[in-house]
Amino acid sequence: MGFLMKKHWQRRHLMEAFMKFIMRVSLVIVAGALGLILWIVIVRGLPALSWAMVTKIPEGGYYMGKGGGILNAILGSLYLASGGTLLAMIFSVPIAMYLKTYLGDSKWGHYVRLSLDVLWGIPSIVYGAFGFTLMIALGMRASLLAGIVILALIELPIMTRAMDEVIRRMPVDLEHAALALGSTKFEVALRVVTRQMLPGITTAILLGLGRGIGDAASVLFTAGYTDRIPTSLMRPTASLPLAVFFQLGSPYPEVQQRGYAAALILTIIVLVVSLGSRWLSARLNKYTIK
Amino acid sequence: MSQSDKINTPQTVTKTTGRVIRPVAVSRARQNSFARRTFFGFTLLPVFLILIVTIALLVRSWPILNAYPLSDLLFGDVWKPTDGQFGFRPFILGTFWVTVVGVVLSVPPCLLASIYLAEYAHARLRSIAKPVLDLLAAIPPVVYGVWGLLAIVPFVDKVLAPLSDRWLGSVSIFAVNQPTGFGILAAGLVLAVMIAPLIISVMYEIFSTVPNDLRHASLAVGATQWQTIRNIVLPQVAPGILAAIVLGASRALGETIAVLMVVGNIPQIPTSIFDSAYPLPALIANNYGEMMSIPLYDAALLSAALVLLVVILIFNILSIIILQRMMRQKWAS
Repeated sequence: MGFLMKKHWQRRHLMEAFMKFIMRVSLVIVAGALGLILWIVIVRGLPALSWAMVTKIPEGGYYMGKGGGILNAILGSLYLASGGTLLAMIFSVPIAMYLKTYLGDSKWGHYVRLSLDVLWGIPSIVYGAFGFTLMIALGMRASLLAGIVILALIELPIMTRAMDEVIRRMPVDLEHAALALGSTKFEVALRVVTRQMLPGITTAILLGLGRGIGDAASVLFTAGYTDRIPTSLMRPTASLPLAVFFQLGSPYPEVQQRGYAAALILTIIVLVVSLGSRWLSARLNKYTIK
Repeated sequence: MSQSDKINTPQTVTKTTGRVIRPVAVSRARQNSFARRTFFGFTLLPVFLILIVTIALLVRSWPILNAYPLSDLLFGDVWKPTDGQFGFRPFILGTFWVTVVGVVLSVPPCLLASIYLAEYAHARLRSIAKPVLDLLAAIPPVVYGVWGLLAIVPFVDKVLAPLSDRWLGSVSIFAVNQPTGFGILAAGLVLAVMIAPLIISVMYEIFSTVPNDLRHASLAVGATQWQTIRNIVLPQVAPGILAAIVLGASRALGETIAVLMVVGNIPQIPTSIFDSAYPLPALIANNYGEMMSIPLYDAALLSAALVLLVVILIFNILSIIILQRMMRQKWAS
């Protein structure tokens, strides 16, 4: 009996050690994949990166290896992402506030959250196709405005849910205290929730920006592509992801090289935005009541 | 006083010694109900947007749904828009294969990693893992595509294909018929990494819904930690795990640019994971430029988007309902 028990003891502890080992390996694989992506993009992108890439627009024959840069795409992406984020803000802040103050865990609140999560999962190519049908219906052509509107729709659920998750953690006591003093729910939303939501709003803005800068499939349909820097909302505009994509499709090695460099620029922008959002929300979190 | 009070209740604002007096209770109540109605209006947008997107795509793809029976479109083998032949079968199968390979490659390591993070890891490792996952999730698809092009495609071509040819060549789904590196396996590998952050973070959340008392009870009667996880925790979270996988699959289904760059884009019925394929999103993205020039072509491509949307909506709604239910149990307890 004692022998049997001992054997049993050994086997399950062996299993424990084995499972722990392969779990650690899995974690290393996932983290390693991130390291590998960054390493490849840096190693291949850095040699082709030059000052001209980020300060000039494509000159004649750029796509055959002649001079110029992708300032048009960098600015285009910034315009698209900031426009889209601004537009999404206008809708997402009131929705997040309403979810917190008025809806709570009610039925309608449940439906709103459900539909936001479902919207989040709709791929950007479908949004792009939808934008295309809208543009046909309105007789619009590919333009900065169309790109901004579609990006705003893509960013809306991401930003709203980010704010919702932050504001959900607000202590109920705060709300109750304000209500007990005779505030209306609207006043609670405006004076209490807004302040508590500040870290959530900044996180949401930066999440939206990151998504907007990186999204390719939707702007392909709606914003088009051009070698010029857009001067009006009605003009088409270039974007960084498409600049990477088109340059990689070129048969000229120099142009492909610049595609890698463009991918590096895009990655740097997105990483800065992502890290910045963590830093900023950690800082702002100090000023909220928990 | 804040500006909104002044705007909404001008008649009740009186000035005494330069200070604005609070409006009377009635108008504050009116302001509150006005705000409630306005806010409610805003929430209609996300709820109806899903419907609007579906209807818009349905309307634009109606010409082709009218001209051909649905079964011809979904199961037709021939794709020749210039001859008026629109068979989606190669593209649907391409989407299916790429997604399945991506999910199969992604789920085991993700499940193990999320168990480790949720059950074993110290707080310090968790606090590092979260930003790393966020970073992985923030990398744009096109960068994953570049990585796939530079690292995965050569890796499949130079390493995996010869290995598979040598050891598994007789099994048809591992046969190497088109040795270019571009194909389902390359796309699956890229997708596996792309959907990993989503799957891990959803699974991690799910593990945290299991009450610690259950773990303590199991550990107290002498079970090892792994026995506790296998016998107590995993059965509790099984629906959530499944939902996380379905959510990952639906993300993989719609991925466009990254897949497009490494999958080869040959409209054929794939028989092996080393074959090239042509998934639906890639079809839509590659041909949007010429779709207005051929009759019914635009309707065909938009109906492809509609098919994609419907499948993804079903996947998403099912998994999100399961996940929300589990999370609500956690909030309740």
